[in-house]
Parts: sequence; C-alpha cells; structure tokens
Amino acid sequence: MPERLDIIKTCKLFIGGSFPRTESGRSEPIHDGKGRVIAHACVASRKDLREAVESARRAREGWADASSYLRGQILYRMAEMLESRREEFASALSTTSPLTPAKARREVDASIDRVVRFAGWADKFQQVLGCQNPVAGPYYNFSVPQPSGLVGILAPDAPSLLSLVTMIAAPLSVGCPVVGVASETSPLPAVLLGEVCATSDVPGGVVNLLTGKRDELIEPMAEHREIQVLAAARLKPAQRELIQTAAADGLKRVNLLEYSESDWNDDDVAASPWDLEPYIDTKTIWHPSAT
Amino acid sequence: MTSVDSQSSGPAGWDYSPAPERTRVPIKDEYGLFIDGAFRAPKSRRRFETINPATEEVLSRVSEAGPADVDAAVEAAKAAGPGWARLKPAERAKFLFRLARRIQERSRELAVLETMDGGKPIKESRDVALPLVAQHFFYHAGWADKLSYAFPGRTPKPVGVCGQIIPWNFPLLMAAWKLAPALACGNTCVLKPAETTSLTALHLAEILQEIELPPGVVNIVTGAGETGAAIVDHPDVKKVAFTGSTEVGKHLARSVAGTGKKLTLELGGKSPNIVFADAAIDQAVEGIVSSIWFNQGHVCCAGSRLFVQESIADEVIDKLAHRMRSLRVGDPLDKNTDVGAINSSTQLKTIERYIDAGGDEGAILHEVNDQPLPEKGFWCRPCFFTGVQPSHVIAREEIFGPVLSVMTFRTPEEALSRANNTPYGLAAGVWTNTGSKIFEIARKLDAGVVWCNTYNKFDASSPFGGFKESGFGREGGLQGLRAYVRL
Repeated sequence: MPERLDIIKTCKLFIGGSFPRTESGRSEPIHDGKGRVIAHACVASRKDLREAVESARRAREGWADASSYLRGQILYRMAEMLESRREEFASALSTTSPLTPAKARREVDASIDRVVRFAGWADKFQQVLGCQNPVAGPYYNFSVPQPSGLVGILAPDAPSLLSLVTMIAAPLSVGCPVVGVASETSPLPAVLLGEVCATSDVPGGVVNLLTGKRDELIEPMAEHREIQVLAAARLKPAQRELIQTAAADGLKRVNLLEYSESDWNDDDVAASPWDLEPYIDTKTIWHPSAT
Repeated sequence: MTSVDSQSSGPAGWDYSPAPERTRVPIKDEYGLFIDGAFRAPKSRRRFETINPATEEVLSRVSEAGPADVDAAVEAAKAAGPGWARLKPAERAKFLFRLARRIQERSRELAVLETMDGGKPIKESRDVALPLVAQHFFYHAGWADKLSYAFPGRTPKPVGVCGQIIPWNFPLLMAAWKLAPALACGNTCVLKPAETTSLTALHLAEILQEIELPPGVVNIVTGAGETGAAIVDHPDVKKVAFTGSTEVGKHLARSVAGTGKKLTLELGGKSPNIVFADAAIDQAVEGIVSSIWFNQGHVCCAGSRLFVQESIADEVIDKLAHRMRSLRVGDPLDKNTDVGAINSSTQLKTIERYIDAGGDEGAILHEVNDQPLPEKGFWCRPCFFTGVQPSHVIAREEIFGPVLSVMTFRTPEEALSRANNTPYGLAAGVWTNTGSKIFEIARKLDAGVVWCNTYNKFDASSPFGGFKESGFGREGGLQGLRAYVRL
C-alpha cells in the first residue's frame, strides 16, 4: 500500500476554448516508461471532430480579421506560456515516449522557438508571398495572400510536440483556425499544449485539439466540407490515397509533409514561407489608374 | 419588364456594311500528332472532324490520340527532360523569347484560325487573345534564369513531365498559360487541346519547329476526354494541370489521389459582379457588358451574377438593355462583331436548357437584341434575367454562355454574403467610387481575382486562379511559377 495514492489525470479534449470530455465515453491509458498508468486520454469520436470544426468555423472570421500584429503577439504569448511550463513538457515527453530527458528538453526548446519563429512570420509573409504586378496597362494590380480557412491537422507520432506545434503555428500565423489531432502514441504533450492555449490569449475556437485514433478520424476529416485545408505528416501510402480521394469532392487543399526528424528541427525546412504557403490563397486585385 | 424593353428603337437604320477579315489561313486537310518534334499519324488510326461553329463547315480532320500515342508523347517528353533541364537557363529563356516573337509575327494567321475554329469574334482573338499569348511567353522567358529569386531560400528544380489539359474557350491563350511557365521552369510537356478547338495548338506546334525547340520538349496530342485521361493516368507524368469544369476537375483530383503527382486546377465559376449606388454608372454598365458578353460568355470568370444596389437597379437595367440591344451578333470574322458563335451545338443546347430553366423558375428573360442571326451555325443572343432568386438554378450553376442573372441588394453586408454564397470562388467585380469600400469588399470577397471598377482584364504578370471549388494553383505572375517547381 503506497503512502499516498497518486491522482491520475484524466486528459480531456480542447474544443472552443474549453475542455470537454469526449462524447464517445472512451479513453485510453497513458503509460510511463515502466508501464505504469500516469493518465488517461480521451479517444475522440467523429462527433467530437464535428464539434471542434463547428467551433473553429465560428472563430474563423475573427481570427482572419485580427491584425497580423495581434496574431503575432498572441503566438508570442503562447511561447511565453510554453516557456514557463518547460520542465513539465520535458517531463511529459520523456516519461511517455522513448526520448531521453536531454532529448526531450531539446524538443521542448525547439518547439518554443518554433512558436516564436511563426509569431514573427505573422506580419511578414504577406510581403514575401505577395507582390505588385507590372501589368501592361493603366491599372494598379497587386496580389495578396489570404488565409485559406479552417485547417485540419493530423500530426505524426513523433516528434510529437515539435511536429504538432509546427503544424499548428503555421496556419495560425497566416490567420487560419485549426483542428489538430495529436500523436497517437504520445498524446500527453498535445493535452498540455491545449492548456497553454487556454491560458494564452488565443481566442476560443481558434485552436482545437483532439486525442484519439488517427484511423478513425482521418476519413471524416478529409471529407468534412468545412475544413478547407488538411495537413498531415508521415502517412502510409494507403492513408495518403484515402485522404486525397476523400478531399477531392470538396476540392480541399491537402498538404502532405514528409519531414525527417532533422527536417522538423530545421527552421529553413519546416518554418519557411513555403510552409505558410499551403494555408493561403493568392488574391489578385485590379483597379484602373486614371485621373 | 422595363420601359426600355418595350421601345422599338435600336440599331435599326444604323446597319454596318460587312467588314470581313480577309487574311487567308492555310488549313491542312488533316493534322497528325506533334510528338518528339514531328507530326505523326496517330497509331490509333482514328481522326475526327473539327468544324467552324459559325458555318458548320468542316475545317480539317484532327488525329485522336489513343493510349499508344499518349505513351509515345510522354516518352518523348521524358527523354527530352534531362537535356532541357540541364540547358543553361539563359538559353532556355532565349527559346521562349524566340517563340514569343514568332507568335507576334504570325499573330494575324493565328487570330483568324482561332476565330474560325472556335467562334470568337475576330476583334477579341486579334486584340485580346493573341497579344496576351505572345506576352505570356515573353514574360515567362525572362523567369527561366531568375527562378532562385522567385523562391527565397530555395533552389527550385523542375518537376518533370507535365500533362496539361486545356479548354475550348481560349484555346491558344490556355496553351500559353500552361506551356510558358512549365518550360521556363525546365519541365517538358504533353499538351492536349480541347477537341473542338485543336487547330491553333497544332499551328503553334509548327512554330515550335520553326524556332528549333529541341524535339520532345513540347508534345501536342489531340483528342477528347479519353486522351486526357490517358495523360493524367500515365505513371511518368509528374504534374497535371487542368483548366475546365469543376466536375472534371474533381474527377482528376480523385484519379491522381495517392500517386504523388502534383495537381493544379483552374475550374468553373459563378462570379459575382457588385454595383454600388455610388459607382460611375456608365462605366459600370460597360463593365457588365464585358463581364458577361465577352467571348459569348464562354469565360470561366464571367461575371454571371450581377448584384445591383436597389436604388439604382432600374437605371442600370435600362442602360444595360439599351447597350445589349446594340451588340452585334453574327459572323465572328466580321471586324464589327461583338458576340460571335457558340463554340459547339452541345454547348448551345446547354445554354438553351439554362435559359428555359430560368423562365420555368419564374425569372424574367430580357432578350431585346433582335438582329437576324445567320441560318447556319450555333448562335445565342445575349440576354439577361431579372427577378432572379438566389435559389434559382441560373443563379447557382455555371452556364458558360451570354446569360446574365441580375439581382438586387440593399447593404454592403448583404451584397457580400450573397456574393460569397457559392461553392465557387474564381473572380468577382466591385463597382464604387468610394476607395475604402473598394478595399473592404475586395478583401472580404472569396475570389482569386477581384476586379475593382473594371472586369475581365488579364495580364501575363497577374496571377489568375480560384478559391474554394474554383480550383487551386495560380497561372501567371510570380505565383504561377510555383506549380512547376520542386522546392
């Protein structure tokens, strides 16, 4: 008999700024390296996904209309909150994944720096991806990137925190709300990330995070008409085909990432303007120039 | 009905003498497939007729590329790929500059041929299409040796063999939109023109021979949907670019699913054109004319849903009816013609079905243009509907003809929500003399191209392409290069 019984956390979903339990009534244990149960994570259902999409859709216009400066500051605030819980994230990573404590700390640090990186992009990508066009006529013509809309994210199993942070922060910085599905094998960092979002200034619904089984959520995500872009990493060939086939009907944009571990760590690979481009549509505006 | 509709005045008594374009174009009796730098008889042994939609006369017999022909074309493109990609970029550029020049030098011939094979008025093929075709090659030529500046932090590499499928509404211009960026970025191409409008692409192939483009860099195979499918499904095609209907676009998206092929789609539209009460009305009316009756309305970005602010609706509709009455419909080769022939009998039937549906659902048809139409050929007088409800099929579906749906609105918010209430998002128009309103409306419209106080303007340096179900990817400008490089 232990002297004190541990309180085992029940990790919930993060939808619309609050933490509901899954409507499915299912959960899976999260084990530490020694096989002990340290928490339980919700197994989100299709209905949870629909709820999350609904809340992201409601947040869509507000987030797209927020000034880029404000979005940048909110992302930076996320980094501040992450930094203050650095040890907790590192411990969650090293306890529930094969990472050594040193490697876990490095992943946490890279994740925090990654959010800062995207905080800075929020008011700069427009100048890198947009331009004025020298049309042959008396017109003023320019192309501006606009957020593509709601982004669905299927994060890979590893690196569980860095990949999820990267895949979330990129659309957030350009003005897209997200619905993310966490690493299936290591969901605990995603749960903590939801808590970070809730205590940052991220408006409710802009970030929604689900834990659960990728195979159950992949198809409803690819089919959902309110998701405009679907980003996924390191899928199996059959999953890639399934996603692209299901996405075809609504002409959803699909962004398939094949980053290696070193790619995820490289800002020039994983946090460049070309990692923002999948979440924007270019709008070109013409106006006559005359007196 | 508006008061103008019942007036009998019009261009009667203002008849123009015929002013036909006289340039003769040598059209061969039959054309082969352009593969590996030479014209070849089709292995399929099948040919089909291409007609002049204004006269229904057979112009020529064109080859129908079967699977073996497509294989040969893709193989030629694949074989030519490494050499073309290795060529010094500045030299690649010079081929495209040379191509632009030869197109300018042969532009009248190509314009006449475009008009004969497709039905568009000669003044549009001569003054709009051909200048844009030449400009497109000239613009992209200069990118060939500057690509690293277009993609900061990356070294762009070619994708490989590009399969490109284009529609019949702007045959040569669409060929230019597809070929120019692909070639500038070091790719090789298999291009399929639409089955009703193959001839200008085949004359372009002759020009490619003239400029001594290395064999296999561009291959042009003619045929219909099956030929297109063979290109899309070919395992050595690494990139598919398609312009056409949303239905076919979705089908292509399913066919390339899981193959790793890159895909760009430029699909249909039901573009809103919004006129506010504070617009310059006469200019707006001219803009409406060009937004829907340019190229017989066979324009994917046609402003086919007109939203007029309620207080000026009567005035705009009167002026529009008056202007519509004066449009000259008829011989596309006549230099005074405003509205030419419908591209095919199939398309004419589609348009007529929509016009019937508009009436059946209770909208009011205004068809005041009463000029006599030629006896042969496929014709549709320009027209518009009022009393259109958002639920009407003519307010929701792409008609691809000279048919406009006119609706009214009261507030900017209403205009925006109704304009965006469509699965499409290709283009939009806004007419107002208030600068702040222009920017706010332009920002909030879900459309890849927004024309403010103008409509249907195009330029090689200006990216074109849609939001939502109008497709993805851009053509033209710096952003248009993206589809043809690996980063």
